Amino acid sequence: MRECEYSQISTRSSTPMETPYKKRTPKKRKWETFPGRNKFYCDGRIMMAKQTGVFYLTLVLILVTCGLFFTFDCPYLALHLTPVIPVIGGVLFLFVLGTLLRTSFSDPGVLPRATPDEAADLERQIDVANGSTGYRPPPRTKEVVINGQTVKLKYCFTCKIFRPPRASHCSLCDNCVERFDHHCPWVGNCVGRRNYRFFYMFILSLSFLTIFIFAFVITHIILRSHRNGFLTALKDSPARYPFTAQPWLVVCFFSVWSIVGLSGFHTYLISSNQTTNEDIKGSWSSKRGKDNYNPYSYGNIFTNCCAALCGPLPPSLIDRRGFIESDAPQLAPPANGITMYGATQSQQSHMVSLYTVS
Amino acid sequence: LFHNLQELRHSASLANKVFIQRDYSEGTTCKFQTKFPSELESRIERTLFEDTVKTLNNYYAEAEKIGGQSYLEGCLACATAYLIFLCMETRYEKVLKKIAKYIQEQNEKIYAPRGLLITDPIERGMRVIEISIYEDRGSSGSSSGSSSVSGSTAR
Repeated sequence: MRECEYSQISTRSSTPMETPYKKRTPKKRKWETFPGRNKFYCDGRIMMAKQTGVFYLTLVLILVTCGLFFTFDCPYLALHLTPVIPVIGGVLFLFVLGTLLRTSFSDPGVLPRATPDEAADLERQIDVANGSTGYRPPPRTKEVVINGQTVKLKYCFTCKIFRPPRASHCSLCDNCVERFDHHCPWVGNCVGRRNYRFFYMFILSLSFLTIFIFAFVITHIILRSHRNGFLTALKDSPARYPFTAQPWLVVCFFSVWSIVGLSGFHTYLISSNQTTNEDIKGSWSSKRGKDNYNPYSYGNIFTNCCAALCGPLPPSLIDRRGFIESDAPQLAPPANGITMYGATQSQQSHMVSLYTVS
Repeated sequence: LFHNLQELRHSASLANKVFIQRDYSEGTTCKFQTKFPSELESRIERTLFEDTVKTLNNYYAEAEKIGGQSYLEGCLACATAYLIFLCMETRYEKVLKKIAKYIQEQNEKIYAPRGLLITDPIERGMRVIEISIYEDRGSSGSSSGSSSVSGSTAR
């Protein structure tokens, strides 16, 4: 019944005879054979890092805090102040949730790994440049001059590519990511070129939301305390208003400051067109040398901000929902017999193995 | 040599692949080197090759251009909490479709008749323009190979 038995015999061998039987194995989507350490949901539509525990914590914290606010504080405030307050709160809440999910679920800008032919071609070029053979050569770098500044491009041994400028390899996800900012456990994903603006919108709107909630919870206590006195109201709060209790307010206070601080930091990064990665390493700081400057900056804050937030959104390069094509022609036989993208030898191209991948 | 892409795939064998790398001298915007690779010297005229690469570079520059239209798109998207992308195609995606059509056209008119085939850079992570060089397959012993190739190619 299953004809794939026949295809398995001939796939990896070097005999030139192509199987005459049409393969009946169901077509797999590319995300199922993705080499990085990512998790996929909804048939490849959603992409996250491997560890997602902290993301669920973030989600729970936001939902619980907002839930409590809308249940216990909003009725009073809507009645005694204005109903606009819950409306604004609701809009902010939805925006925060939307940007959070967009940050967590999208492809941050992962670079697909090199095809075997590409990798072999690069290896050949490096060997020619080094003049050496055999054992592992020294770390491979390539120098490029970008807008007058010399930038070193590093070779990634895992992905077998020279990393484009500003790309970095995330060790948690085991992927090279374009314009790598950082890996954020709170959103359960890397933050890179494709989702940085969503991440920034998320922390910015979250700052507004937390300040908003904090301010109106205080307002609520103050209004209620006009009858009894402020301190009495605070003292009473564990019993009468269990969720506006002092310890909870303290937690809110510190989380507000950390999120606001983070938003401030990223606003600085955006206005100078740097990534967290570059800032931490001090890549463009003047301490490295008098002539060291950021070659990617557009020169003024406004343009930098617009470019980061309103620039075009590049497409995903990994095509996670595409089907794996099993008949792509290849030049050199793959090193360990395992082809990452499911390509098999479908032509008599063994005659043209120009070089072996060691 | 070859009159169309079908003929190319069925009666030729892959001899070599040339990879045109990215040109990062202007930053991270997508641009490919226009240097003419030596392996193509006998196969295609330098000007045709350079024209192809320059046109592709122009398309990518158009896709990544930061200006009035991209700001409008960005602000509109932000205002709708990025939900608008569920029904609308981004400008980048529109340009990528144009590029795919252009590459197919170039393959059919210019490259396949010379035994070459360009792979769309989007299929290689926008890292390289892969140009496959085909040799006319010898007639002896390979007819069974080529017929099974055409049999299993599911297009």
